Amino acid sequence: MTALLEVRDLRVSIGEREILKGIDLTVNEGETHAIMGPNGGGKSTLAYVLAGKDDYEVTGGSVLFKGQDLLAMAIDERAAAGVFLAFQYPIEIPGVATMTFLKAALNAQRKQRGEGEISTPDFMRKVREVSKKLNVTDEMLRRPLNVGFSGGEKKRNEIMQMALLEPSLCVLDETDSGLDIDALRVVADGVNALKSPTRGTVVITHYQRLLNYIVPDFVHVLSAGRIVRSGGKELALELEAKGYAEFTGKAA
Amino acid sequence: MTAEPRTIRTEAEQALVQQFEDVLPDLPGGERVGSVRAAAFDKFRRLGLPHRRVEEWKYTDLRALMKRAALPARRPVEGAAEQTVRETADPLAGINRYRLVLVDGHYFDALSDRTALLSAGVDVASTRETLAADGEPASQLVATPEMAAGDIALALNAAFATDGVSVHIRQGVTLDKPLEIQHVLTSGEPRSASIRNRVVIGAGASAQIIETYRGPAGIAYQVNTVTEVIAGRDATVGWVRLQVEGDATQHLGATLLTMAPAARVDHLTVTAGAAVSRAEMYVTTGGEHAHLGIYAAGMIGGRQHADMTLLIDHALGGAYTRVVAKNAVDDDAHGVFQGKIIVEPDAQKTDAKMMAKSLLLSPTAEFDSKPELEIYADDVQCGHGATSGRIDDTQLFYLMARGVPRAVAERLLIEAFLDEAIDAVSDERLATALRAVVTAWLEKRGNAPA
Repeated sequence: MTALLEVRDLRVSIGEREILKGIDLTVNEGETHAIMGPNGGGKSTLAYVLAGKDDYEVTGGSVLFKGQDLLAMAIDERAAAGVFLAFQYPIEIPGVATMTFLKAALNAQRKQRGEGEISTPDFMRKVREVSKKLNVTDEMLRRPLNVGFSGGEKKRNEIMQMALLEPSLCVLDETDSGLDIDALRVVADGVNALKSPTRGTVVITHYQRLLNYIVPDFVHVLSAGRIVRSGGKELALELEAKGYAEFTGKAA
Repeated sequence: MTAEPRTIRTEAEQALVQQFEDVLPDLPGGERVGSVRAAAFDKFRRLGLPHRRVEEWKYTDLRALMKRAALPARRPVEGAAEQTVRETADPLAGINRYRLVLVDGHYFDALSDRTALLSAGVDVASTRETLAADGEPASQLVATPEMAAGDIALALNAAFATDGVSVHIRQGVTLDKPLEIQHVLTSGEPRSASIRNRVVIGAGASAQIIETYRGPAGIAYQVNTVTEVIAGRDATVGWVRLQVEGDATQHLGATLLTMAPAARVDHLTVTAGAAVSRAEMYVTTGGEHAHLGIYAAGMIGGRQHADMTLLIDHALGGAYTRVVAKNAVDDDAHGVFQGKIIVEPDAQKTDAKMMAKSLLLSPTAEFDSKPELEIYADDVQCGHGATSGRIDDTQLFYLMARGVPRAVAERLLIEAFLDEAIDAVSDERLATALRAVVTAWLEKRGNAPA
């Protein structure tokens, strides 16, 4: 088994406040890891740090992605190397048509990997294929990126991008938030369709619900900046029943 | 205490006084035009160049910015004019259009499509000829509307107006292709050009007009150009004003727009050139069912200074007005937007909104924005807004997290920002050409040493 992502003693601060206090996490190819935990525990921070958002200061530890120092790479380089973050709150970008954006992103990644630009017919075929699976309509593709999209449309658009860009590590940040059960199923099917022996997935969620659809191999509880417990998928069910109280020291 | 007449004059002001005496005998027009010129110049003589203590020029201190007054440009010889037009880069090359060509502020019939326009239902006369005839049309041509009476830039234009074109699109004519009024500058000594154009769009007529200003880099040309636009009842006018003059040029431009009821005018100003530029618009809207869209896409860098100043008067009720000004400002450049919307007591049911947004692309870029509403009617919908800021970090992060490098992501966001104004152009090929102007500017910006 090849390690895709190796996080070692990762410490991250915003200003004076330490958010992550020494995280260890290994994701091997083909594995799906769920990171659960109370709000404010550092789940989204971990996702952002992996993607390279520069509001955070890494004060210690290391992150290797396919054996390379991920923290030394620029945001776009990480994406081109195969890291994909599905945003909890996808950003609206007025004036940039979704289609234009998709092509720019795909070609930018190909260029960084030393591949040629995709031909327009090939691009169209690929977009059609993935958008159909995720109920992303042509009308949505013509609209400015995420502008006027409903919560569900935004999340489907995220997973559609993931399917198009074919990353080797998918990080899903609270992808279930704001989704009704039908939308949840569409999104989960999209994620499951991407599962492969060479791809790793990290699912960040507060609720167990999503994990009924995207079944994890491992579950970790992240609370107060530390992974306080790890286990198999049954741990998620236990958390659903008991809440996070035992980790936070107060009733959830 | 009453104000003393100002006696201390700057070098440029003194030169203008001298020039007026020198060139007056050679300027076109007889007694009638001469008296308009004299009255206009008197205003200048009393007040001098506008400066920062003149409210309308607070952010564009012309007295400080205009160090010298260049001599009025002589009419270039035919061959030189033809060569200049041919050799000056043309952002609209490839767009099939009628052309009226001015070189150094002088109209060149041989380079223009006057005859073709005539068969398309458009009459064209040169301003020089109209002024020389010294009739009623001549005094109309150099007249200044009441709302612009205090504007010294306009007064100087009336005093020195040399040439230009008068265009009349006859009633009911739908022009089959865009009409460009093209202003090109030669690359010789820095000179000045005082241009007066007039475009009348007859009732029910429909046209796309393009007003372009191009010129060589490195030459301190001074352009003072006034274009009067009269849109008749039910006329539909798309107007693009594209200023891509050389980097040392001083450009003072004004549009005097008068709309009849139910006229529709969509006017876009694209500014990328000149060292110092000011694009003024004085508008009288047309009341009931009149539709006015004023858009601006500005892109400046280096030490450029670009000012857009609007005064929009609603005298009659029921008009619809939208102003969308977008400016990208880089390096040490300074952008200015001033917009004043007046709604007079009888202008009930006016629906007027104004938005000015600027994108500051460097820590030393500067933008001043002054939107104003003056409303005297009670049943109206009016509003304005202004924002100024850097490229949105969250948008940048999102694009980069999908693999788009920072420089490309910034370009996408700047293009999208300016596109909101350029989108107003309904002629797709023209809009595409204007987007290419934006792209060229972004490429130049991307290649500049950091």
